[in-house]
Amino acid sequence: MKPFQYRLAKSVPEAVAALAQIAEARPLAGGMTLIPALKHGLAAPAALVDLGGIASLRGVSFENGELVVGAMTTHAAVAGSPIVNERLPALGRLAGGIGDPQVRHRGTLGGSVANNDPAADYPAGCLGLGATIVTNLRTVSADEFFTGFFSTALAPAEVITSIRFPVPMRAAYVKFANQASRYATVGVFISQSANAVRVAVTGAGRSGVFRAGEMEQALAKDFRPETLPAHCVALDDLNTDLHASAEYRSHLINVLARRAVEACMGAPSRHPVRHGGAYAF
Amino acid sequence: MTTKAVEGERHTIQVTVNGKRQAAEVDSHTLLVEFLRESFRLTGTHVGCDTSQCGACVVEFEGNSVKSCTMLAVQADGGRITTIEGVGSREALHPMQEAFTECHALQCGYCTPGMVMSACDLVRKNPSPSEAEIRDWLDGNLCRCTGYNNIVRAVSEAAQALASGAQAGVKSGA
Repeated sequence: MKPFQYRLAKSVPEAVAALAQIAEARPLAGGMTLIPALKHGLAAPAALVDLGGIASLRGVSFENGELVVGAMTTHAAVAGSPIVNERLPALGRLAGGIGDPQVRHRGTLGGSVANNDPAADYPAGCLGLGATIVTNLRTVSADEFFTGFFSTALAPAEVITSIRFPVPMRAAYVKFANQASRYATVGVFISQSANAVRVAVTGAGRSGVFRAGEMEQALAKDFRPETLPAHCVALDDLNTDLHASAEYRSHLINVLARRAVEACMGAPSRHPVRHGGAYAF
Repeated sequence: MTTKAVEGERHTIQVTVNGKRQAAEVDSHTLLVEFLRESFRLTGTHVGCDTSQCGACVVEFEGNSVKSCTMLAVQADGGRITTIEGVGSREALHPMQEAFTECHALQCGYCTPGMVMSACDLVRKNPSPSEAEIRDWLDGNLCRCTGYNNIVRAVSEAAQALASGAQAGVKSGA
């Protein structure tokens, strides 16, 4: 690993100032992606600005009908939060299915969302719930935040402080997890609220997380698994890699969306449910 | 690709390792596992994959199991760390170590310190885990020898022994 400077920020303004002042500085959240990237030489910042010392970035609350999760809240804290599991259990299950227990003890919501890995779970949760990403500068809707493969609307020296999740009538997340990493080979998050159905797909798209418009329209008319269209995303827009072909991912989108609708409808699952395993409802 | 010379920095950190508070000087880019092995010679914490997948490097940090190959030593400043050396001793094994021995839950032993650290974290948080919960929790610990069955049995037996009051160095007799 190449040497770098390390700054522990005590507040958001202090972090932002350090990021603005030091050329090629990067924020360090939980480090579950960034530290491996440093070790592999995939990233070589001049400095890391550690957000881990900012207590105000951690915690969960329920305000004005929305679940507000601090950016530095770990996956384990979200998965174990009574507020999350009462108000939005689908989000708690999503967090509990990321990586493994040790990754969940360090990895954070803000880090995952800012990284926007095309196979990460949280981007699907944000997009599928119509969340609002709150930064030190502004608020950005999830629809505008995720701009492509590992890219977001964040400006340099802009830091996510929290994410606000509207609470829908019902929601579910189902993923087909890679056996080694637990990243989503494909993951589908579906939510139904009074005025909209949202379907967000992660792991499948060549440009990262996306909404499946045809599925949303079908479910808005008739919220049943039978109404979901098959192969509704162009194969050219889907990933092919050593884990799965575009054709297989296309098939999985439909299968997982059906299971997510069934889970929303409260049907007993026909499939094994494991914490952190292949299926997270 | 041009490489840019970046001056490394030294940081003085305070950590409590296996109950002993100490100060140490580390580079910004020193990993926690390197720090524990090289500064303190606590070589029970192993480096396996070095990519945060295998779990051989698991230690307890501030009450949670973490992968010490994917954490910087400076991030541990002010914190409490327990390594396998702090769990039991040769003379007085921890009930989890006792159960691993009794159940033949290890062969080559390379993954064992991480397995034990992870399993101890599980039973602290969930004193009577089901078999499915044990298997699920050990998702981040790879073993290439045992096939896991004896490990799962050991964790289950240790949980029962701990629930009935077993302590390090005292055989449960269960």
